[in-house]
Amino acid sequence: MTTLRTGAAGALAVTLATALTACGGGDDSQMQVWMYQDSLAVVQKDAVERFNEDSEIEAVVNEVPGDSYEDRVRTVMGSNDQPDVFFNWGAGNIRPYVDEEILLPLDDLMESEPEFADSFIPSIMEAAEIDGTQYGVPLRGTQPVLLFYNEAVFEDVGVEPPETWEDLLGLVDTFTEEGITPFALGGSETWTMQMWLQYLVDREGGAEVFNRIEAGDPEGWRDPAMLRAAEHVSELVDRGAFGDNFASVSFTEGAASTLLSEGEAAMHLMGSWEYSTHLDQAPDFAENDLGYAPFPEMPEGEGDPANVTGNPTNYFSVTADSEYTEEATEFLQMTDDDAYVQDMVDNGEVPTTTDAEEYLDDSPNPEFATFQYELVQNAPHFQLSWDQALEPEVSTAMLNEIERLFTEQITPEEFVELMAEKP
Amino acid sequence: MSVTATRRTPPESSGSRVGRPGAVWTLPALLFFGVFAVLPMGLVGYLSLTAWDGLGSPSFVGARNWERLLGDPVMHQAMGLSVALTTLSWLVQTPISLLLGVWASGPQRNRAILSAIFFVPLLLSTAAIAILWRALLQPDFGPLGRLGAFPDLLGGSTTAFLVIVFVTAWQFIPLHTLLYQGGARQIPVSLYQAAEIDGASRFGAFWHITLPQLRNTITTSSVLMVVGTLTYFETVLILTGGGPGTATTIVPYLMYESGFEGWEMGYASAVACTLVVVATAVSLAMVRFTGFGAMRSTREGM
Repeated sequence: MTTLRTGAAGALAVTLATALTACGGGDDSQMQVWMYQDSLAVVQKDAVERFNEDSEIEAVVNEVPGDSYEDRVRTVMGSNDQPDVFFNWGAGNIRPYVDEEILLPLDDLMESEPEFADSFIPSIMEAAEIDGTQYGVPLRGTQPVLLFYNEAVFEDVGVEPPETWEDLLGLVDTFTEEGITPFALGGSETWTMQMWLQYLVDREGGAEVFNRIEAGDPEGWRDPAMLRAAEHVSELVDRGAFGDNFASVSFTEGAASTLLSEGEAAMHLMGSWEYSTHLDQAPDFAENDLGYAPFPEMPEGEGDPANVTGNPTNYFSVTADSEYTEEATEFLQMTDDDAYVQDMVDNGEVPTTTDAEEYLDDSPNPEFATFQYELVQNAPHFQLSWDQALEPEVSTAMLNEIERLFTEQITPEEFVELMAEKP
Repeated sequence: MSVTATRRTPPESSGSRVGRPGAVWTLPALLFFGVFAVLPMGLVGYLSLTAWDGLGSPSFVGARNWERLLGDPVMHQAMGLSVALTTLSWLVQTPISLLLGVWASGPQRNRAILSAIFFVPLLLSTAAIAILWRALLQPDFGPLGRLGAFPDLLGGSTTAFLVIVFVTAWQFIPLHTLLYQGGARQIPVSLYQAAEIDGASRFGAFWHITLPQLRNTITTSSVLMVVGTLTYFETVLILTGGGPGTATTIVPYLMYESGFEGWEMGYASAVACTLVVVATAVSLAMVRFTGFGAMRSTREGM
């Protein structure tokens, strides 16, 4: 009797242990390509299909929901299940992987295929260069942050989009009097507020201010331009520029864009993907009444008014331990193919290749595409979104403090001090 | 009564071989507990002494995470918020679920139907509840906001905190009501009949019979409530994301944020250790001071 019992318990333990080791997954016979899931990913899916036609191995796209994309990548990178090729934001976003030597340096590719390397706008390639080594290849269109506005609302009130900071403040007062929220702001996601601060800092002090912070000098937060930018934020909030409810408005759930398209808000500072959002949610509005302009000038600021901020683009990187590094580098070279670029343009994106201008006439909205392309082409500096430029431990704390600044839990002075003193 | 009483004491002579299975039967449970509870807890204790970003190997840094924990204003605020949330939740949930539970324990049919409806939140997942309430409270597009000017509750520091207290109460009162309903149904009717003969009022019967008889249920429910609220997390994540700013960043959320957003696993582990110690201490203290551990019967002398 006792032996039977011991046997049963033992069998159970063995089953349990096998179940545990059998966890994990991923199919090693395929090249795994991880993509951020959204409406633009069709371009990469098509590219993978074309790749599979000529290749001996099979590549598969794994689309990861946007909300959890970074977490999933980060977790999988610490395991043995790494993807072979994955979508990322370059800079601080991949630095931790570079430090752990998880990524494949792409310098060999750049040297052996100079034509491929030169086919992209240089300032955009730079964001995927870590300590002088290339680790990523642009895979998407460029995504500058622009000032979108509702043309119908502007016509009704009889005003023009702002060109200077003074204009902008004037418009805030005008729209508030009319009972229209001057700016839609999806404050339940902090990165939407960050867009304001990163433009204001760039206009006030130029690219140098944030470059210093990015290089790891916390004193950079004490730069007078940072304080002035934070004070502008306070002033906007005080004047009601974002309305009363912005803290509960979500961008990802569509509320902020709906406020703009329904005319409840007059303007919306957002990445260029705002256009595709409206094309999807409110096509009439996107075609007839959606206006766009660059972020206004700050007459007394030191920054170049031609600078832009946002995401220069997204990148494909390859993991060093991948069984398919050769095939993966082959795959990366598809990103400047005619078919790939054409796909992007048809999908409303503005490619980051130097010859993109030739394609822009095919875009669903050539005027908007050309506007974006020229804005980026002529920008002396393209500031990558701060939370992607900095390493996660700093950016998490920073996003919290930005949210506290916007919701008036801390003053601009406190914001600067708190950020400068983060461990 | 006397028959059951004699059966309860097992005959000494027949030995313990029959009644107790061998220790080997605890092996699966012990193994499970060891692999999924003790081992991770030990690892978290070790991680709290290291710096680890989730990639590569942890590097030993001694007490650095713990020193930072002591001086971190966000952690201080989180501790305060956790204590406030636990206290407030207990104060709100206990009286309501106790009264509802006692009411629902009555035999009337209408009570049975109403309680069945009332227990519906128990069937919903926490995530669904949080998403539902966030949509309801959205000031521009939520149904309440559409009716007229509706204040942005989740946008204010105090109101966001109160919303969390309310939503957790809405979600968990049915569970505790169920506990109290069960407890109240266990109270022998003879006690009430005796009280009636003695001329006790309905309130008197509630105060002198129901409440004391529910003592053990109150303890069970309170321990569940307090420890549950201390480690409560999903509602905060979905409803407020710890915000606005850090206004609803309670300790478990801080742990998640520093671990899975900031990727400072060492620091997050130090927060986790604090939470384990505090929650264990609180539940032990509650069980001890309420005499629950002694399991004294509420039917003494009957």
